[in-house]
Amino acid sequence: MKTSLKLMLAGTAMGLTAGSMASAETLRLLTWGSYAPDELIQKFEEEYPDIDVEVTFSNNEEMIAKLRATGGSGYDLAQPSHDRIYAAQLEYDIYKPLDLSQINTDAMSANLLDGVKANTTIDGEVYAVPHQWGTSGIMANIKEAPDASGWADLCDPAYQGKTSMRLRRTILLGTAFGMGMNPFELYADKDAYQDMLDKVTAKLIECKSNIKTYWSGGDDLSGLMLSGEVVLSETWDSTAYKLYNENPDIVFVPPETGALAWIDTFAIPKGGEADDAAYKWINFVLRPENVTIMSASTGAIAAVPNGIELLPDDKRSAVQAAFDQSDLDNLKFFANIPPGLEDMEGLALERIKAATE
Amino acid sequence: MYDLESKSVTKRFGSFTAVDSVSFGVPSGSFFSILGPSGCGKTTLMRMIAGFENPSEGDILIKDRSVLNDAPNKRNVKMVFQHLALFPMMNVGENIAYGLRCRGDAKSSIGDKVKAVLDRVGLPGVEEKQVSQLSGGQKQRIAIARCMVLEPDVLLLDEPLGALDLKLREHMKIELKQLQHQFETTFLYITHDQSEALVMSDNVAVMNAGRFEQIGSPKELYDRPVSGFVAGFVGDANRWAGRIDRVSDGMARVQLEGGDVVVATSEGAGDGSSVEVFVRPEVIKIGAGPEGSTLSGKVDSLLFNGANSRVLVKTPSGKLVEVADPSGASTLAEGDEVQIHWDPKRALAFPGEAA
Amino acid sequence: MRSDTGKLSLILLMTPFALWIVLLIILPQAGIGYVSLQEKVGPRQYEFGFKNYMDFLGEPIYWNTLLRTAWMSILVTILALLIGFPVAYYIAKIAKKQSRAGLFLLCLIPLWVSDLVRAFGWIVLLRETGIISGALQWLGIIGEPVELLYNDMTVIIGLVYTVVLFMIVPLVSTLDGMDDALLEAGYNLGGSRFTVFRRIIVPYAMPGIVSGCIITFMLTAGSYLTPILLGGKNSSWFTEQIYNQFITRYNWEAGATFGVLLLLFTSFVVWAGLRLTGQSLATTVAKE
Repeated sequence: MKTSLKLMLAGTAMGLTAGSMASAETLRLLTWGSYAPDELIQKFEEEYPDIDVEVTFSNNEEMIAKLRATGGSGYDLAQPSHDRIYAAQLEYDIYKPLDLSQINTDAMSANLLDGVKANTTIDGEVYAVPHQWGTSGIMANIKEAPDASGWADLCDPAYQGKTSMRLRRTILLGTAFGMGMNPFELYADKDAYQDMLDKVTAKLIECKSNIKTYWSGGDDLSGLMLSGEVVLSETWDSTAYKLYNENPDIVFVPPETGALAWIDTFAIPKGGEADDAAYKWINFVLRPENVTIMSASTGAIAAVPNGIELLPDDKRSAVQAAFDQSDLDNLKFFANIPPGLEDMEGLALERIKAATE
Repeated sequence: MYDLESKSVTKRFGSFTAVDSVSFGVPSGSFFSILGPSGCGKTTLMRMIAGFENPSEGDILIKDRSVLNDAPNKRNVKMVFQHLALFPMMNVGENIAYGLRCRGDAKSSIGDKVKAVLDRVGLPGVEEKQVSQLSGGQKQRIAIARCMVLEPDVLLLDEPLGALDLKLREHMKIELKQLQHQFETTFLYITHDQSEALVMSDNVAVMNAGRFEQIGSPKELYDRPVSGFVAGFVGDANRWAGRIDRVSDGMARVQLEGGDVVVATSEGAGDGSSVEVFVRPEVIKIGAGPEGSTLSGKVDSLLFNGANSRVLVKTPSGKLVEVADPSGASTLAEGDEVQIHWDPKRALAFPGEAA
Repeated sequence: MRSDTGKLSLILLMTPFALWIVLLIILPQAGIGYVSLQEKVGPRQYEFGFKNYMDFLGEPIYWNTLLRTAWMSILVTILALLIGFPVAYYIAKIAKKQSRAGLFLLCLIPLWVSDLVRAFGWIVLLRETGIISGALQWLGIIGEPVELLYNDMTVIIGLVYTVVLFMIVPLVSTLDGMDDALLEAGYNLGGSRFTVFRRIIVPYAMPGIVSGCIITFMLTAGSYLTPILLGGKNSSWFTEQIYNQFITRYNWEAGATFGVLLLLFTSFVVWAGLRLTGQSLATTVAKE
């Protein structure tokens, strides 16, 4: 009985692995929606005919959950944000160190590369390099809300019932900045951070009656803004740029406390089976001619020295309408999230969600 | 005094006339049957009496009062359904109490009434049993008890024996008749089985294609049918098609198909018209008789069935004649040459059916 | 020899079923149960214990959301029964034989599109700039756009719409088996419409009612998209908290605990419902 059970399990395991072994030249990409435009994939496959690209679209949280579930296998290249690597690696051991000699780091913007390296180095090994960056801030319909300037405006009774936000950690951090605190400086001190979270929670519960609803993805946010049901919302800048092209009254407003900047990275999962192909993809998408194609699809800025210039025209004008040099200097890059912080934030978010007005 | 009276009741479904101007009266306390083949309209008639259908024309009276405007649940006519329709989710006692509770009887009296009616149908103490635990005959009695506990003016029974096996059916015929005597309630019984109708009824109406062909006591129907349909449907009969040569004194000389000539009582059929001659097996005797009521032939087979035994005689023209052999004691053997005869008054000729 | 082949065929027949039960139901549940008993003491360090359950009991938000989910699911179940029963009765007893299949198919149509599309359908209808609000303004019934989304009522309507079919199907199949003569007997013996409904139709349909209610309740309590999308900012639903625990908080231990609790609690509600109405699970499957 025992042996037959073992045989059966072995057979099942072989069946499961056979598929992936047969196609060793497949690059399985775990990334954000729009981060793998068909045009680029085709171009890549023409250049490397022996590599097939398979794409799974996801987000930060799901990427980590998926890799955690499989122990870091099933994908050959992942693209979490830079602040989501350190703790996840410590806790779940889901990435493998990068071989920087395989990556054309010269193509990358030096300050972003250094920042990401600093954030993702464990025991002297680097686990991620930057790909694209963007910001979170607020988006306003300037006809209806011409004076919007910061996170606190989302709770301004002047816009009663016409604001929106996504109930995720970004709005906790933004609100904290808007209240004059700096959450990144509190990361190291859990008690102080909890204290800050309590204040932010109270503020956002109070604010609840002011907002129309929480958005959950770019599509429903776009619907709310374009229909005019919402005139002011927390947003990703890329979503705002897309809407700017449809309605020039809708602009991205970097909050006066600084837009929150994120960098989406390249990281190789621990169980990745096509490292060579992954490095080829990284170097491929960083080439200037490909950067423009990528940015056209994502709306985010490539982590190359002239990233903004390489944006397609419409996106570039939207960025220039939103940011001036002082805004760029004022960017607040997300700091590494220490282990356990997400759980504290999660409880705060649930408290806000469950609160009745 | 009629408990139930139907006056020219007609029911049409679209262009189809299911019940065609039917009139009858059921005297108080009697057992009245409606006998007919399936599809003759008898069920529709019963449903109109119960109130589930409304007549297109005519009137229905119960205890001399028209009930056309009464809803089914307001008529004091109770019905035993073909498949009994005992409520499967209630036990026996609840089934019987259902009607009493609907009527608003005092709670205290319901238990006693249920007990009393179960005693009367001979099933004391089964209140707590589930319907599924009862035998076919017991279910039958519970279905009747469920109606009788309400003391209806008329009890309608829609072929309730149809689902029982033969032995039980024979037994229930007698039991039903006894129950009717015991309750002294008017029963209106629907069936396509002539023996059920004959055994139990005081009066039987024979129904065909939406009309009543004849109403009378079972004996009248049997001995003096007024139509070929009744003669054929009620009881057994030998049935021969033929043509009348001539008629004198109500007796017709009939040339049968195949060549034989017989004399039969006939009303209303003229010379040359085609008729059917009906002769019941039990009026036929072995042996020679007068010309015109004698046939000769060969014994084809002997069918033993106790008091219902038969001798089958085959005539040279190929007719098979059933002859009653009540004792089963005839000394005939298959292949014997025999002559058979009957009383010409008991041979009846009716105009041939179109069919 | 003969009994050997008999045994073999029995084993062969039962194997897929047993595999199904073990691999897809028992093993995952056991895994969830095991994870729920893991206490996290540090990165990659766990101990065995009931801390996750204690945390649940110590945090009113969690059990309030569970109670709210259960309460709204019960309400949805009742509404689905009230709406589904007449529809099922019409299909099974009143509609002509030929049109039954068509009517049944009509009820199935909502299932042809995904939950997500259905929820967006409601959003298009009910949003402030949506079709109903627009129509009401056009008719002059209201002066200003009205927001019909993002409240409990909308969530309940959306859920009833999603699950009512699962109430109708078992009801139709039980009512279909009911002999019309039972109804006629009910009237004939003096019952009013109400009496016949209460004492004959409802008891007869009880197995269908019970199984329909169990299915709709379980589906509602376990639904995710509809309450989230239609409820907006006030749509706390227990499955969303499970999702959050697993995905945004990386807290699989708490997520597993919540999963176990949801299963236990909904089972308890079903059990309590059966007890209160005097039914047993057996009556819903084994009809005499």
